[in-house]
Amino acid sequence: MVTFWTLAPIMVLAALGVVLARKAVHSALLLAVVMISLAITYASQGAPFLFAVQIIVYTGAIMMLFLFVLMLVGVDASDSLVETIKGQRMMALVVGLTFGVLVVLVVGQGVVGVSVGLGEANANGNVYGLAALMFTKYVLAIEFTAALLITAAVGAMVLAHRERLVPRRSQREESARRLQEYAETGRHPGPLPTPGVYARHNAVDTPALLPDGSPSELSVSRVLRARGSVREGFEGDVGQTLRQLDPDDPTSTIGGSTPRRGGSGRTEES
Amino acid sequence: MSDLFGTESWWVVIVKAVLIFVVLVVYTLFNIWFERRVVAKMQHRVGPNVHGPFGLLQSLADGVKLALKEDIIPTAADKVVYVLAPIIATIPAFMAWAVIPFGPEVKIPFTDTVTPLQLTDLPVGVIYVLAVTSIGIYGIVLAGWSSGSTYALLGGMRSSAQMISYEIAMGLTFVSVFLYAGSMSTAAIVEAQEGMWFFIPLFPAFVIYVIAMVGETNRAPFDLPEAEGELVGGFHTEYSSLKFALFFLAEYVNMVTVSALATTLFLGGWRAPYPIAFWDGANEGYWPVLWFLGKTLAFIFLFIWLRGTLPRMRYDQFMKFGWKWLIPAALAWTVLVMIVRKVQSDLTLDRQTLLIVAACVAVVLLLVSLIPESKKADEVEDEVEFDAFAGGFPVPPMPGRQTSTDRTDQTETTATSTTSREE
Repeated sequence: MVTFWTLAPIMVLAALGVVLARKAVHSALLLAVVMISLAITYASQGAPFLFAVQIIVYTGAIMMLFLFVLMLVGVDASDSLVETIKGQRMMALVVGLTFGVLVVLVVGQGVVGVSVGLGEANANGNVYGLAALMFTKYVLAIEFTAALLITAAVGAMVLAHRERLVPRRSQREESARRLQEYAETGRHPGPLPTPGVYARHNAVDTPALLPDGSPSELSVSRVLRARGSVREGFEGDVGQTLRQLDPDDPTSTIGGSTPRRGGSGRTEES
Repeated sequence: MSDLFGTESWWVVIVKAVLIFVVLVVYTLFNIWFERRVVAKMQHRVGPNVHGPFGLLQSLADGVKLALKEDIIPTAADKVVYVLAPIIATIPAFMAWAVIPFGPEVKIPFTDTVTPLQLTDLPVGVIYVLAVTSIGIYGIVLAGWSSGSTYALLGGMRSSAQMISYEIAMGLTFVSVFLYAGSMSTAAIVEAQEGMWFFIPLFPAFVIYVIAMVGETNRAPFDLPEAEGELVGGFHTEYSSLKFALFFLAEYVNMVTVSALATTLFLGGWRAPYPIAFWDGANEGYWPVLWFLGKTLAFIFLFIWLRGTLPRMRYDQFMKFGWKWLIPAALAWTVLVMIVRKVQSDLTLDRQTLLIVAACVAVVLLLVSLIPESKKADEVEDEVEFDAFAGGFPVPPMPGRQTSTDRTDQTETTATSTTSREE
């Protein structure tokens, strides 16, 4: 009883939070709280096996997959409110109400009538009792459920499967292709140049400077360039330094006025 | 299962709980020192040896220093989850120890109270450990997400995928132990190993468990969630000070937890090892605690040894290994154990007959593996004449390949080698 009255408020609050939380990850977390609390109530009612399985299967595996997908997709506060399936809200309302009625009926029965037979059911231990029921009386239901789940898993795999249309290129073929390309177009076969990491700007958004002082576009990630978060304004750096070293040197105007894009002997990646 | 569980007085339970906590924290401090010394030895260094005897107090000094560092919460972080994550990672690590048996029933000194050296026992003890550790993963995943950093997010992702995958293989190895012990309670499993430790009849399950436990604890060579070469620090990149210390603590406690579980399931738990077992008093009183901690330490040494020896695996190889080798192997082994148990109980075969059958199967498998595989027909590529300017760029010949200048000198040898290849 103590367990129930401690956990019930937590569960109700967490369940409300699932619906009301702004961030999808917070909802998922609160759902995990509900599940764990549920598991503890199972344990306090003499069903230790159900307690462990509830945590392993629901909290450990299913919720973790939810979280995984949420993090991968990066669902945030701004979700589209357009119905993709017609009449979805109406159906959800009907199903929700039906489920509510069902829950009220079941709970009402549990509260009004007194449940008996826990001692008998757990006579040989909880696990034995459960196993005996599962593998004798309900064996058909279990088998059908198992078949359904396996079908679903195989179906998901078939839907997600993508046929490989061209053979995978081996490392050797890949390097041969790179050298071939180098011979034909002059594209450098090695890795791309690293970003400009020097004393002032130790960051990936700073382009490397080529010997003539112009920034190399290849040295910064395409994504950063597309976002427009690449640091600019290094064109004059080399010329400035040279001027400081030797004010009379005529070559010190290099890179100062007309910055060249891209590297020498290197074609830009689109 | 002892009758005392659930009926002990409250102060005994509290004393045991506090003792478990203290033992684990001290064991963690010891393990950090132990790891540093052993790895140092393997790398021909000395390791920490200045503070305290043998440098034992080094971890304590490092711990104090870590706690006094500045606690940083990044601006992009989700603050509540960010603070919660290290706590979620640490608490389950300790909770798992509630069902690990340290020893048999003993008398508490200065009192007449008799108590088992185990906080409590559940009929589903081992599954409970699995359940609790699966909650611990949340700490790591949430730490990765809430940091608001790409490295941390990738680390968290990796760790969740990795732990789910390896937990399946780990859980499957438990099944064969349950079948042999006839129970899921840790105390009963230790009791069932009185005659023979389970790692002998269930050796494949033991091997799979040991591999899976390294994957489960994110330790080298499976420490991909915190691969410093790719992810800086992985899930804990943004953490500092005490929050980082909590992750550190959780990792080391988890390491000890899986080692203790391996000891309990496969190495006879607190039972004395072979030569000492002849002494009658070895399995009585407080001695078993020593055997138990010794066996656990052996596993810790294995962890450190692996770290000192093996390079980190590539992520796709690691996943492939887990799903395509470890899980099918664990499944096949479980089915095999079920068949053997069924045959044993139905046909009442004794152990000797079974061993003979197993030996026959092993010999047949060995013979099959000795049959040479037919060579693949991918040698055609080498027949293409070597062109030093393939694609207009000079390339050196591959090892063992004949260049055109060699070929004029050694026409005969080339001819013989080609004919032999055709055969």
